[in-house]
Amino acid sequence: MSKFQFPPSIASRPVYGTLEPRPGKAHLMIADAEGAEALLDLAARDAALFATAHIIFIPKGTGETYVERLRALGPAQFYVGPSYAASVQRIRRVLSDAHMGLQVYLAGTEGLMGQAQNEAMQAGIPHGAIQTEHRGSVARRMQCVHCKGITEDVTTDPFVCSHCGLNLFVRDHYSRRLAAFQGVCIDAEDPGNVPEPVELYK
Amino acid sequence: MSAAPQKAKAGAEKIEVTVSAVVPLNPLVTRFEFTRRDGQPFPPFSAGAHTVVEMRDGERTRLNPYSLMSDPGDNSIYAISVRRDDQGRGGSLFLHNKVKVGDPMTITFPVNLFPLDLRGRKHVFLAGGIGITPFLAMIAHLERMGGAWELHYSCRSRELGTYVDELTYKHPNKVHVYFDDQDQAIGLEDLLDGQPLGTHVYVCGPKGMIDWVHATAAAHGWPDENVHSEEFLAPQPGKPFEVRLCKSDITIQVGEHESLLEAMERCGVDAPFLCRGGACGQCETDVVDSDGDFVHRDHWLDDDEHASGKKIMPCVSRFVGKTLVLDR
Repeated sequence: MSKFQFPPSIASRPVYGTLEPRPGKAHLMIADAEGAEALLDLAARDAALFATAHIIFIPKGTGETYVERLRALGPAQFYVGPSYAASVQRIRRVLSDAHMGLQVYLAGTEGLMGQAQNEAMQAGIPHGAIQTEHRGSVARRMQCVHCKGITEDVTTDPFVCSHCGLNLFVRDHYSRRLAAFQGVCIDAEDPGNVPEPVELYK
Repeated sequence: MSAAPQKAKAGAEKIEVTVSAVVPLNPLVTRFEFTRRDGQPFPPFSAGAHTVVEMRDGERTRLNPYSLMSDPGDNSIYAISVRRDDQGRGGSLFLHNKVKVGDPMTITFPVNLFPLDLRGRKHVFLAGGIGITPFLAMIAHLERMGGAWELHYSCRSRELGTYVDELTYKHPNKVHVYFDDQDQAIGLEDLLDGQPLGTHVYVCGPKGMIDWVHATAAAHGWPDENVHSEEFLAPQPGKPFEVRLCKSDITIQVGEHESLLEAMERCGVDAPFLCRGGACGQCETDVVDSDGDFVHRDHWLDDDEHASGKKIMPCVSRFVGKTLVLDR
C-alpha cells in the first residue's frame, strides 16, 4: 500500500491531493518510486492524456518494478533518471521550453514533489495549479536551520544533521523555497540530552 | 478576521477635488480630470485601481466606481474616462451633462480589485469597449518597469474606439485593435496558444466577454490564478421591497430605482461598502430571517452561499417576497 494519510498539522505543512486529468496542451509528469502508481491510476482515468505527456521517472529503490508499465502508457517522451539531481537539468529545460497550457503532475515522496514544485514555480506556474499526490516513503527532506545543510530522506525524529552533526528535531515547519522541512537543535540547552529517535509517524 | 483598523465611516477615505478638465473623446466617452483642492499630491495608486465618485444630483447622492486611467506615476492628477449610458441609472449622464471644469467634487481614495500580478512574465490585456480604462494605467506602469505586455482591444467602430489612435501611435507593435463593424474579432484561442509560461491574462469588458475568456482559458489548461477580470455591475432596478434592519432597529423601503445599499444610506444607516459593484465583498451582510426569493447579482458570494439564503450583498442584490430581516 503506497498511500499514507498524513495527520492534520500546522498551515505551513504541505498537503497533497489525488492526481486528476486536467485539460491542457501538454502534460509534464514527474514521479519517483511508488509515485509511479499515481501515474498508473491517472492513466486509468484518462489514458488519452499520455499522448502529449512527458514522464520523468526516478525509480529510487523500486528498480525496474514500474518502468515497463509506465512506458506502456505511451507517453510522448519518457525518461528514467538515476536520481533527482541527475534529472533536474532536464526538468529545467522542459519548463524553459514550455508554454501556457502545460499541466504539471508530481507524485511520490515529499522531497521530489517539493523540489519539482519549486522548479515549476520558478518557471512561472502558480503553486496552486501544480498537482501533487504523495505515494511511498514518508521520509523527509530536512534543512538544518543552524548550518543550512540539507539532509535527504530523514525517517527518524530526532536525527543527526549529515553536515554539522547536531541532533535535530523534525518540525512540520516547511519552506516552499527550499523544498525542505526545518530541523532544529534538540539539545542546545542541555547538550547530550537527546531523546531516543523514533520512526516518523510510528 | 481583518486586522484593518475600524474606520469611523463606511467606504474608503475621501478626497476633495476640483474638475480640472473635461475632454470629450468621442460621441459616447468623455475624460474627466481632477486636481486636489488642498494642493497636496494625490495618494499613489496601483494600476487597475478605481475611485468612487460622489455625485450630488439634486436630492440624490450617487456613488459610482470608475477605473483610474491616468498614469500611476503622476500624482498631480487623477483621471477617469466615462462612457455615457443613456439607459443607465443616471450617474454617467450626470457626469456628461452636469459636470463642468472648476466644479468641486468628492472622490474616494483608490481601491484596487484588479491589480497586475507582478510575478507574471508577460501580461496580455483583453479590453472590450470602455473596459480599456484600467489597462491605460497598467500599460503606463509596465512601460516604466520595462514589463512585457500586449493589448487586444475590441471596439464597435473606429469612431467609438476610445484611445485607439493614441495607443496605436505610441505602441504600434503591442496594440491590436479589432472593430466590430469591420467583422474583426479577437482570435482568443490562437492568442492563448503558445504564450510563454508565467503569462497572465486580464480581461475588462462586458460580462459575455469575461465569461468567454475564463472558459476558453480554462479549456486550454490555464490556471485560474493567471486569468484576471473586472466587471463593475450597476445595480438593476426591481420591484420595491421592505427590509427590517435589526441592529439599527428600523424598517426601510427599497425603491424601484435604488439599491438596498442606497436605501440604507438614505435612511442614515452607515453600511460598509467599497466598490458598490458586487466585486469587493465589503458590504456582505448576514440575513437573520427571510420569507421570499433573493435576487443575487454579485460576483462575491459563491453558489452555495447564494443558495443558503444566509448572506446578501446589498450593493447589487435584491429581494422579492414577504419579509427580509438583516443583521445591520
